[in-house]
Amino acid sequence: MIVIINYGMGNLYSIRNMLKKIGYQSEISDDPAVINQASKLILPGVGAFDKAMQNLASLNLIDTLQHKVMADKVPVLGICLGMQIMTTGSEEGTAKGLSWVNASTHKFLSDKDGPQLRIPHMGWNNVLRQNNSVLLKDIEDPRFYFVHSYYVQSAENSLIAGTAIYGKEFTCSFEKDNIYGVQFHPEKSHKFGMQLLSNFAKLPS
Amino acid sequence: MLHTRIIPCLLLKNQGLVKTVKFKKETYIGDPINAIKIFNDKEVDELVLLDITATLENRKPRFDYISELAGECFMPLAYGGGITSLDDIRALNKIGVEKVILNSIAMQDPDFVKAAVEEFGSSTIVVCMDVKKNFWGKFEVFTHAGKKGTGVSPQKFAAELEKAGVGELIIQSIDNDGVMKGYDLELIRQVSQLVSMPVVACGGAGNISHFSAALKEGASAVAAGSMFVFHGPHKAVLINYPSQEALKAI
Repeated sequence: MIVIINYGMGNLYSIRNMLKKIGYQSEISDDPAVINQASKLILPGVGAFDKAMQNLASLNLIDTLQHKVMADKVPVLGICLGMQIMTTGSEEGTAKGLSWVNASTHKFLSDKDGPQLRIPHMGWNNVLRQNNSVLLKDIEDPRFYFVHSYYVQSAENSLIAGTAIYGKEFTCSFEKDNIYGVQFHPEKSHKFGMQLLSNFAKLPS
Repeated sequence: MLHTRIIPCLLLKNQGLVKTVKFKKETYIGDPINAIKIFNDKEVDELVLLDITATLENRKPRFDYISELAGECFMPLAYGGGITSLDDIRALNKIGVEKVILNSIAMQDPDFVKAAVEEFGSSTIVVCMDVKKNFWGKFEVFTHAGKKGTGVSPQKFAAELEKAGVGELIIQSIDNDGVMKGYDLELIRQVSQLVSMPVVACGGAGNISHFSAALKEGASAVAAGSMFVFHGPHKAVLINYPSQEALKAI
């Protein structure tokens, strides 16, 4: 069973509905017991970095997640803020991230990153597949829907699974062992999102 | 490559969809969830949902219901109707609405528009401006679901919205609404040449050639209602959307 982690950060129903549409059952839960039984995890998120970490902590989910992801090696997909909290930390706040990947989260800066760059980066954008990404496999001309003001900067090039250009080229997807993150919203990117979620759901677990 | 957005515009009344002609003569279309599911299958890039009675009933958006609808959308959703506070926008963002559409409040309270842009960013804040030719044949902006004249010209209003930092402007012709004979191209031209923010043409589309005509006049995207919910000369209710192949011809 795929478990979508409900920690009070955004609407999770379109993720569940899209999985259902492509033939996978999932459960939305904040219960460590349910999460412990999961064969795959999705860590979604809309909102602020510190609030996300606080919510995970107050639901007693951090240890459960650490164990499932780092010891049991269960595949996990972070979406948007869910991807960012997998990094070591963010310029958005002071909380420590889950630190599952050697990467950190930074703010887009208007003018520095691109002339009169509008922030947030919002809308459909093309995604360039990198390093033979598993999640972006078999997607022709991939484009996805983005809404974000912060982006992940990877300390290791080998992590980078996808990039997009907004002012500059940035990492919009990373993959490391069982850990996957996407900055964009597959659940709002119709056929492209369905193929990506299907690639994730098909991973051996 | 920049994709031209072709946006179905759905009108919500209570918990059903309706389609109007010139903002009147409502036809019941059906269940919104069913319509959204069909648009999912058609790979629509964006959806607009307008609650057409919220402001008239002096009521807040129906957050729980909108949350349910947003959860069915496999595309970004823009919602308008009854938004009067920053808390409303915050709540909508949280339940999965990517963009909010302001109409009556944008005319009543320009400071609110500025505050909203400041807090949520331009790309979240869309204004829908409903325009009708008045008694003297001049374009005039109407609010309150087209019921209230403002005496303000679309050009003047658009310039103010641009200054406030609004991210996108939907220009809806009340006279052409539901008529399916094409957009009001004069209106689209007059406003598009004045502002640099993206303009979305709305009101009057009946076929794909109408899209091309509006884009030629400066619209960045096109929205349509009747065309996507009716079929054939007798306007039988049928949710539809051009094939991706047909859309490439635009």
